[in-house]
Formats: sequence, C-alpha cells, structure tokens
Amino acid sequence: MLKDVTLGQFLPGVSPIHRLDPRAKILFLIALIVFIFITSNYISLALVAAFIVALVFMTRIPVKMYLKSMKMILFIVLFTGIINLFYGRGEPLVKIGFLQITEAGINNAVFVSVRIAVLILASSMLTFTTSPTDLTDALERLLKPLTVFHIKVHEIAMMMTIALRFVPTLLEETDKIMSAQKARGADMESGNLIKRIKALIPVLIPLFVSAFRRAEELATAMECRCYQGGSGRTRMKRLHFGKADLYGLAACLLVLCGVIICNIFLPATVR
Amino acid sequence: MNIIETENLSFVYGQGTPFEKTANDRLNIQIKEGEFVGIIGHTGSGKSTLVQMLNGLIRPTSGTIRLEGTDIWQSPKEIRKIRFKVGLVFQYPEYQLFEETVEKDIAYGPRNMGLSEGDIRERVISAARFSGLRSELLSKSPFDLSGGEKRRAAIAGVIAMDPDVLILDEPTAGLDPAGRDVLLAQISQYHKERKNTVLLVSHSMEDIAKTADRILVMNKGRAEMLEDTRTVFSRGEELERMGLRVPQITKIMSGLQKRGFDIPSGILTVEQAASVLAAYRGRSL
Repeated sequence: MLKDVTLGQFLPGVSPIHRLDPRAKILFLIALIVFIFITSNYISLALVAAFIVALVFMTRIPVKMYLKSMKMILFIVLFTGIINLFYGRGEPLVKIGFLQITEAGINNAVFVSVRIAVLILASSMLTFTTSPTDLTDALERLLKPLTVFHIKVHEIAMMMTIALRFVPTLLEETDKIMSAQKARGADMESGNLIKRIKALIPVLIPLFVSAFRRAEELATAMECRCYQGGSGRTRMKRLHFGKADLYGLAACLLVLCGVIICNIFLPATVR
Repeated sequence: MNIIETENLSFVYGQGTPFEKTANDRLNIQIKEGEFVGIIGHTGSGKSTLVQMLNGLIRPTSGTIRLEGTDIWQSPKEIRKIRFKVGLVFQYPEYQLFEETVEKDIAYGPRNMGLSEGDIRERVISAARFSGLRSELLSKSPFDLSGGEKRRAAIAGVIAMDPDVLILDEPTAGLDPAGRDVLLAQISQYHKERKNTVLLVSHSMEDIAKTADRILVMNKGRAEMLEDTRTVFSRGEELERMGLRVPQITKIMSGLQKRGFDIPSGILTVEQAASVLAAYRGRSL
C-alpha cells in the first residue's frame, strides 16, 4: 500500500541524532555528501561509509527501515553500477562480445554504487530523525542570507512546510479514494499500460478536486488567523546549537581530515 | 443461514514498525442472511477496519472471513468478485465521484462488473430510485449537486452493483437532520424490498435503534456484544463504560420505569415511547 513509502518519513525517537540541531544536521548531511564524492580510494571510501553506518546505528531506528528506503533505489544503484562496469578504460579483463570489463570499470562500478547507496542512507537518516517542521525551520534559517537578494525565504519555507505537511494527508486521501473505487470494482492491478493509466482517472479526478478544496480551506484558515507572511513573526521553538552539535562538528572534521590524508598519501583508485 | 462468518479475524497496522497498532483482535462474528446489523463503537474501536476486511479491501493479518461458507481469500485473484457481492459505502462517499454525469458515475460499478449496456441503464435507474435521487439529476455533473445529493449519488453507485451484503460506514455523517431521516428511511426501505443483508456503522444510537435488528458493539478492536437491539440497549451501563450510550428516549423511559412507573422496558424510538405513554395515561385515568 501507499503507506509503505518510507522515503522521507519522520520516525520520532530520542537518540543523540534526533536531538541534534536540525540546521547542524542539514550542514552535516551536505558535508557527508561532499566527503563521499571527494574520496578517491577504497580506504577513504570505507572511512566515510563506516562513519555513516556508525551514525545510522546511533539513530536507534531499526535497520529494516533503512533497508526499506534503499529498496526503492536499488534499481538505480544496480543500473548505474552495471553501466559503469563496462565503461572503464585500459586492459580488458573479460570480454563479452563488444562489451569489455576492465579493472577501472570494476572500480568505477563499486565507487558509484557505494556513493549512491551511502547518499540515500545519509539522506534517509536526516528525514527519519528530523520532523518536517524542524527541517523547514532549519532551511529557512540557513537560507536567511538570501533575503539580501530579495528572495522570499520565509514564503518558500512556508510553502515547503505546507507541501511536506500535506504529503501524508494526500497519500492517505489517495489510499481512501483508491479503496472506494476498488470497492466499486476498479481493477488497477491488471491490464496493459494504457488500461492501467485509464484505471487511474477515477482516482486522480477526486484527488485533484479534494486537493484544491483543501488548499482553499487552508488559505481561509490562515487568513482568519491574520497570516501576513514572514515579517514580524516570532518563533515558538527556537533552534539551539548545543554541545552535541559541537561533538558532531568535531567528528565530521575528523573524518574530513582522514579523507584528505588518505587521498593525499594513498594512490587514487578512481579518476 | 450465516452469510458472513469470521474466525479469529485480526488486523495489525504497520506490523514491525514503531507505529504498530492492533485494529482488530480475534473477531468471531456471525451475520445471518437478510438481517440488518448495526455496528457501534468508539472512534478507533476498529469498525472501519472490520468493514474494509469484510469486502476484501484489506487482507487480514490472521484469521479468516467466510462469505456464504467459502473463505474470501481462497483465491486472491478473484477478490474483485467478492467486492461485487459485498458492497461498501465509505464515510463521506461523495469524495469519490469523478465522472462527467451522475448517471455515468453510478454506472461505474456495474460497468466494472461487465454487464450489458441495457442492464447497466436499468440498474442505474433503480439504484437512483432506491437512494432517492431525482431522475433529472442523472444527466448533471456530480460536482454541481448539493452535498446531500452527492451523498445519494455515491450511495447509488454502490447499490447499483446489487450486492448481497451492503455495508454503509456512517452514511448520515454531516447531513442535516431532515436529510438523515430521509436517507435512513430509504436504507430501511431498500433492505425491506431487496431482502439482502445490510450492515450500518454509525455513531448515532438513534439511527441504529430505528433500523437495526441486531447490534455489534466494538471496543478497542474486540467484538464486545453481538445481540439483538433491545438486549444491547438494555445494557446501558456497560455501553457507557465503553464511551457509548443508549438512545436518549431509551434512557428516559428506563428512568421513568425506575421511578415506579409501570411501563415496559426496551423502548427504542420516540414513536414507541409515545404510544406506551398514551396507553399508560389511558390506564391511570
């Protein structure tokens, strides 16, 4: 069912990762992504991967949930991995028709697959441990400097909050409408592509109608509470950069040093 | 004969996640062919999950449901056929309307059954009549109807499949009092004419008292009682402990009885009460 979609789902908890400042978490995520892409040999790749796996265990969220979110992109990982396998230059190790596998190809395939997998792991960690409101709050704070260029950061953040807030609602609604149409004998699981697309019309039309209705109701409700955009608004929950965030920063810097040292002193395997 | 039987029927939401929640816990229910059963229970007591399992929309995590003696999940590929036999009208069914005209929308179910155009037309007209939808509305867009008319159109969409069992999940929620009474009367009328089984989920004890032969009481995912309407409503204290209540008129009449008035117990509707009180006055004069 649609509720099984785990990508981007918040799982409440009390782990040290949950309690980090969401701003710090976003910055750490960006840092980790940069790290994983600057690694150039197996040792540094393993170092970053190990760091992220350690963090995953620190979230105290069942590993099953992570695996579930990985399952959705397994195809992409395999696909890019296999493509890369055949695109290495140098001496071919194996030759199958016009395809050839080289040592560089194998290395590329491993790096690309591990990078994508770790990327997804790290991003699921962020969304699993941070509530959508915290996430957009943090983004608003981080993007604040852009107001200098007349970019309406608050409005963008508000739109994101609302969009995120309505993802589960709309999923639930879709589920309900699908059930209702199935109860009237809708057949969405069989037939060719065109038949299946046609079978979705009875779901999509009511869904659009209700999305517009909800949007209008929400706009009215916001106006009733005198919402006028970001200027002059204060926050109920203020973000706080604390000791735990400092430890996180220290750990990240340590890993960064490790990656740089490995990259400098060990021979590069890729690029 | 029992048309529906369940055996240790259970359903758990989100099994294996932190959100795990048991919605139905080992239900053993028998529903006889042709009876009108009311289903009551506090919010979150598992009524909606139960009715969705009964027509095969969700698969039980354990236990079985038998329709006319055969397990409905015996061949999962054939589950659509079960859905034509057990019609389910969801809460706020008007949000499922999608076609250009009301007629086409009501015809959606019968068309999925693969009936001929002539049969479909016939079924649409009789379903519209049963749900009290004026025939001139059939050619209109469902989005141009009033709230009450939309509700009727959506109910007609399920009735048009002519199911052996009709399940309605709070069909009167959000309607005005007059709309409620008319819709309930229509459902009762439908039950009488077609002689098929009807299951009605409702929060309104008055609605249930007016229509149901028997009542299934759900509490925290379990079936607490499945008895005839009078018996269930004579156990007011137990119901109140589950966050439910008896119809107001039943409570008033049993209060009068307790204060020494010589009147029978188990009064369920205002009409019954009026005639009982009139008879009482006749006697005491």
